[in-house]
Amino acid sequence: MAETFTARIWVLGDDIDTDIVIPTEYLALKTVNDMRPYAFSPLRPELAAQIRPGDVIVAGSNFGCGSSREQAPEVIKALGVRCVIAGSFARIFFRNAINNGLLLIECPALRPDVVDGDEVTVTVGKEIVCKGRTYPIASLSDNLLEIINAGGLVKAMRRRNGLD
Amino acid sequence: MGMTLAEKIIASAAGVDSVRPGDIHTVELDLLMSNDGTTHLTIDMYNKLAHPHIADVNKLVWIVDHNCPSDSPKTAASQKKMRDFAKAHGITFYEGKGVCHQLMMENHVRPGQLIFGADSHTCAYGALGAFGTGVGCTDYLYAMVTGHSWVLVPESLKFNLHGRLNPGVTARDLILTIIGQIGANGANYKAMEFGGEGLNTLTMSDRIAVCNLCVEAGAKTAIMEADQVALDYLAARGRTPKAVFHSDPDAVYAQTYDIDLGSIVPVVAKPHFVDQVVPAMECRGISIDEAFLGSCNNGRIEDLRAGAALIQGWKVADAVHFLVVPASGEVYRQALSEGLLKTFMEAGAIVMNPNCSVCWGSCQGVIGEGETLISTGTRNFKGRAGHPGSFVYLASAETVTASAILGEIATADQLPPVEG
Amino acid sequence: MGATFIEKLIRRNTGLTDAKAGDIVTVNVDRVMIHDIFIPFVKDKFEEMGFTRLWDPDKVVLIYDHLVPASRLDDPRHHRIGNQFAAQYGLTHVHRSNGICHQLMTEAGYVKPGDVVFGTDSHTTTYGCVGAFSSGIGYTEMAAILGTGTLWVKIPETIRIVIDGVLPENVASKDVILRIIGDLTAAGASYCALEFSGSCVEAMSVSSRMTMSNMAVEAGAKCALFTPDEKTAEYCEVPLTEELRTLHGDDDARYIRTLHYQAEELVPVLACPSQVDKIRPVSELAGLEIDQVFLGSCTNGRLEDLMAAAEILKGRQVAPFVKLIVTPASRKVYLQALENGTLDILAAAGAIITHPGCGLCCGRTGGILTDGERVVATNNRNFLGRMGTSKVEIFLASPATAAASAIAGRIAVPE
Repeated sequence: MAETFTARIWVLGDDIDTDIVIPTEYLALKTVNDMRPYAFSPLRPELAAQIRPGDVIVAGSNFGCGSSREQAPEVIKALGVRCVIAGSFARIFFRNAINNGLLLIECPALRPDVVDGDEVTVTVGKEIVCKGRTYPIASLSDNLLEIINAGGLVKAMRRRNGLD
Repeated sequence: MGMTLAEKIIASAAGVDSVRPGDIHTVELDLLMSNDGTTHLTIDMYNKLAHPHIADVNKLVWIVDHNCPSDSPKTAASQKKMRDFAKAHGITFYEGKGVCHQLMMENHVRPGQLIFGADSHTCAYGALGAFGTGVGCTDYLYAMVTGHSWVLVPESLKFNLHGRLNPGVTARDLILTIIGQIGANGANYKAMEFGGEGLNTLTMSDRIAVCNLCVEAGAKTAIMEADQVALDYLAARGRTPKAVFHSDPDAVYAQTYDIDLGSIVPVVAKPHFVDQVVPAMECRGISIDEAFLGSCNNGRIEDLRAGAALIQGWKVADAVHFLVVPASGEVYRQALSEGLLKTFMEAGAIVMNPNCSVCWGSCQGVIGEGETLISTGTRNFKGRAGHPGSFVYLASAETVTASAILGEIATADQLPPVEG
Repeated sequence: MGATFIEKLIRRNTGLTDAKAGDIVTVNVDRVMIHDIFIPFVKDKFEEMGFTRLWDPDKVVLIYDHLVPASRLDDPRHHRIGNQFAAQYGLTHVHRSNGICHQLMTEAGYVKPGDVVFGTDSHTTTYGCVGAFSSGIGYTEMAAILGTGTLWVKIPETIRIVIDGVLPENVASKDVILRIIGDLTAAGASYCALEFSGSCVEAMSVSSRMTMSNMAVEAGAKCALFTPDEKTAEYCEVPLTEELRTLHGDDDARYIRTLHYQAEELVPVLACPSQVDKIRPVSELAGLEIDQVFLGSCTNGRLEDLMAAAEILKGRQVAPFVKLIVTPASRKVYLQALENGTLDILAAAGAIITHPGCGLCCGRTGGILTDGERVVATNNRNFLGRMGTSKVEIFLASPATAAASAIAGRIAVPE
């Protein structure tokens, strides 16, 4: 089942760390929704307000490096970001995103070609098309797809515990 | 007609022979203390002056103690402004060295001086026979630029102390009891003068605790004669008095109180006012989340000794944070050398760098919604220690420490002796 | 073909005798660590998942460190929820004001060589200093472990780092790991295990090794491993069995990369703003004016770090208008430094000595800075905005470089 969607993009650089995604200052706010306005604030304070549900973030290598704060993928998801396309992802961020059902796509070739406001058409597990160019992307491994298909780790555990 | 201590200092600062309550005099200030609570505002106003000027830079003492070390970009920016200004103008500057009033007592205040501080607890300096009073930053700025200010001569209240405090009862209990008696506005605009033979039994630390808290009764200043105890304290620090004044036998007081020190018992000021004073026994059993031993009121070596003596061999109750905050770097090092900090740390206390801590209630140990603090700090106003929905009880070092051990408000006599 | 350290450790844990890099396996978790920032989220997820009991309360450690002392009105809520969680599920290992989680996990004996440990903090890689596989995870996975005691992992490939020789006197293990991160780059060890060996590493104290395993995550590593030796055994208070001695990478194992360093050639370095892999020799930046120095954190807040700084600060004063903030890593470190005179030396030099905790490193209190300020810090991250505004410049350094800079009021090479 190849899911396809088209989205407006926001472009960021390399090594976007978790302190940029959501600074420690705001981690003790009660809910992830409360944290939304502060996403990416050290780097681009205006960005959180500009992102619309369905938008896509495109970044360079090592996206999400730094701390284990799961608020990082959660706040991106709470902003309505459809997926993050990056050159590569830091390990803990990658796991946290999968566990929260945030789609991550590795595609190092895309970022140098794009700017804020471009449109991409993503076919999950297959390719990205942008400004007439096609960028092939890999499919996710089976064990990760299992978690995503269950709707995230919480739902997988609820099923295990006979709740859903 | 005779003059009170406060009147004599004002007369001296105004260069006149005598003053009377209600008079307004232009006075020359001896020292101007300001801390990180408001100095950045003073600097902003200073920078807007047509002819910015500092009358005498040697009179200025600036101290970072309230949010220390800084807890947010905002406080960091305020402190940077203060630091940069002090550096540029050669102002005496302390950062992280202790609570402002304690540093002033240790290093600057001299008997007979008239001192403005941009902090309400500046009245503490009366313990050394100086007239210290809290001002806002506009008053402060005027004094900084001109070296002068105007003072309305206050009426004086006289507190004659008799006898001595019983063991286990502190100067903190004494002043809380007095505030409970006269009320939170019982000394509004007035000077509280302490005398009587009972005063001789109080140490400098005791006296600072008493004078410091007088603003909680509304006092403009608190003052004690600089006797041998005060002069010894001063000499040990290499300072001499500016002048030693004595109140005249025929001085006029708005009211005179006679206090029998032997009748004072450990007390607690309940939320949310300093004059809600009851015997500590009545509050026993109230569950606490945090205990605080520190502040310009009760963070001196004597207070730490009292707390350490009690907690030796005990542990802080589970789930209680016991903040121990020496009032200055000098107190910190003294407590370190006496083994007090070791005792507190081994008992599970949180020993902090000298700063205002939770008494200021903006960082460094704030309490949350529904939480209860027992504190040696200066105030228990609603929200003073953190969340508006929290509760602060004020008590002595002994009562606070006993409460930290038992996890509920307790008096020191509830702790059985530690065996071995 | 031989096996890497991590392959051997996973085989030992799972019983899968031929497990190798790339395999996805389910490991049995020996210990987990949760700190105060994440406990409310862990609790929510745990309950949402439908669990009613912890798989093994003895294996769970709850530590308050990021929010001690509380600096925001909502901070105490985390501790209240933690206390409630502990009471409800029978948690006994709760540390409410004893220092930084990673320091306590090793110092208090919660981690032993060969263990598999996860924590809700990226610097969980620290426990590799005693030969444990430890890694940071998010709160959702933590909640799942609390219920099941297991977690899937992909066995990482290994980068082998061999350091031989003797370090110059002014070079610390912090300089070594910063140099390595600079060479690997911030993503250079992504998903990989780092394996340290060589005579220089063997000569290091457990504390020095901890600095290196702690920072391995800054190169993206999943874990960083040091072979258990006599020092490890003594530190962890376990016998050094023949079996434990087998926990090391074989020479004929498959390494995706091997880096060799000669200790004598290393120099004091700094990580420059605002990337941990922007490494330059301290000598190149010497003279740059600074506003503050921070000595502390799970990277460099231990006794040997405080002592290294004290040796330089003894009888001297921190430069006027410069703050030196010292935050010991744990209550035990504080007490040790108190007893051997280190704290008094630091206090006499003008240091601001705070209660043990994460302090400034987690950027919530403990010396936050503002636009245009520059700080030399011994912690692990210099990200944009980490210690205040995004116009603060953070230079990461060793305790000795930090101390020398505090005295000079400028970046200075320790002599």
